[in-house]
Amino acid sequence: MKDTAAPSPEAIRVDELHKSFGAHHVLKGVSLRACEGDVVAIIGGSGSGKSTMLRCINFLETPSSGRISIGGEDVAMRPDGSPLNRKQIERLRQSLGMVFQSFNLWTHRTVLENLIEVPVHVLKTPKDEAIARARKLLARVGLAEKEGAYPAFMSGGQQQRAAIARALCMEPRAMLFDEPTSALDPELVGEVLQVIRGLADEGRTMVLVTHEMKFAREVASHVIYLHNGLIEEQGPPDQLFGAPKSERLKQFLKSVA
Amino acid sequence: MSGLELLAWEAPGWGAALAAGLLKSVLIALGAFSLGLLIGIGGAYGKLYGGPVTRDLLAVYTTIVRAVPELILILILYFAFTSSINNLLLAWGFERIQISGFVAGIAVLGVVQGAYATEVLRGAILSVPAGQIEAARAMGMPPLMLAWRVTFPQMLAAAIPGLANLWLIATKDTALLAVVGYAELTLVTRQAASTTKAFFTFFMAAGLLYLCISILSTLIFGRIEAWARRGQVRQEGR
Ligand SMILES: Nc1ncnc2c1ncn2[C@@H]1O[C@H](COP(=O)(O)OP(=O)(O)O)[C@@H](O)[C@H]1O
Ligand SMILES: [Mg+2]
Repeated sequence: MKDTAAPSPEAIRVDELHKSFGAHHVLKGVSLRACEGDVVAIIGGSGSGKSTMLRCINFLETPSSGRISIGGEDVAMRPDGSPLNRKQIERLRQSLGMVFQSFNLWTHRTVLENLIEVPVHVLKTPKDEAIARARKLLARVGLAEKEGAYPAFMSGGQQQRAAIARALCMEPRAMLFDEPTSALDPELVGEVLQVIRGLADEGRTMVLVTHEMKFAREVASHVIYLHNGLIEEQGPPDQLFGAPKSERLKQFLKSVA
Repeated sequence: MSGLELLAWEAPGWGAALAAGLLKSVLIALGAFSLGLLIGIGGAYGKLYGGPVTRDLLAVYTTIVRAVPELILILILYFAFTSSINNLLLAWGFERIQISGFVAGIAVLGVVQGAYATEVLRGAILSVPAGQIEAARAMGMPPLMLAWRVTFPQMLAAAIPGLANLWLIATKDTALLAVVGYAELTLVTRQAASTTKAFFTFFMAAGLLYLCISILSTLIFGRIEAWARRGQVRQEGR
């Protein structure tokens, strides 16, 4: 369904998103736009609302108000922000590959079973086709010989690479990463970043929440700095990291350097 | 007659009668356990995700059933069950029917099992890591498929020990149906013993039969648990 005529159609668009947990106003009107091929990095201090913003994109959190559209299709929302149509949410979620901080592979299934679970059972891809695709992806993330392993017996880095392959196996339009390396031992971070970099290089659309500033600067096409539920500053990475305007961002960059 | 002659298969031995009683006990236990599981699944989901009224009703159900001795429950439920069905039939202008002890036994024990199964399964569902469910939701898996393909297999490992206990309780609780005159193993044993005055022989034989069921069940549940735990790192001491 890709529109090849237009140079880069919109993959993800978030407008004036608000989110409260009870009385706690976490997102206070944030917007984001990712066209196909864009890599949008979201940075910010702990508790600034990065995860919440990312999770609202695929409705793992229900927005309190705002507008979200995926691939040019508006998500139908009630006035209170809750999704109107469960089927639409499920369909749109299938086009967004989410990667979590804690991997969240299904522990009762082998790596290969993890990869083909949704393609076979939800998307109704023929099983042999799904397996062939899964094997290609596993080879690509360097886990070809791990297809029969159970996740609990693999290192964190291996689990996260398998989780990325699992998300890719649905052939999503865009990828969402929520601090994919934060739960990893330092020596395992590199192998995961390398996989993500590969995806960026091949022109994958992605939204990436990360604490790896150097990495964000290298792969992102656009960076958003979130502070207290508001976008404090945003722009191309060289501008944001090279010449930050806001005092808070300067402080933040100093603190994580 | 010697002990072995008393237990012979053909009359005047009681072997065939005991075996028939055993079969009925096992079938009732199977039926009650299955019904209990169904009630338990509904009950667990109701307690976890139901509205306030559902949750209160379920709390009343599990509290009462678990507080009152089984024997009393069985007497109450058995007579309540059979008489309420007959009252309904009469009210609708049908004839009274003789409700089979088999069906009534399954219904009554199933209701008791259901209360315990509700608690076992509720705990097991809570033990499933939220991230596992979230990953499935994030990939657009519909709720029923998610319950069946992610939550259920994940909670099984945690639920099996509790369910194995429930199954053993189900097999032994069938003996309580003797009080309502149902010819399961215990009642047949009592008849045999009082007819022949060979109390020791028959109650030993019945005891051994219950023991066999228990040992066999433990083996089977062990297998199921090992399968349900596939993919888990072995904990020390297991
Ligand atoms: N499910 C929730 N219920 C209540 N508060 C939440 C929930 N999720 C996040 N929060 C709160 O929202 C704020 C932002 O959280 P989060 O988006 O996780 O921050 P970040 O990812 O930037 O560290 C935090 O104060 C956090 O405590
Ligand atoms: Mg976070």
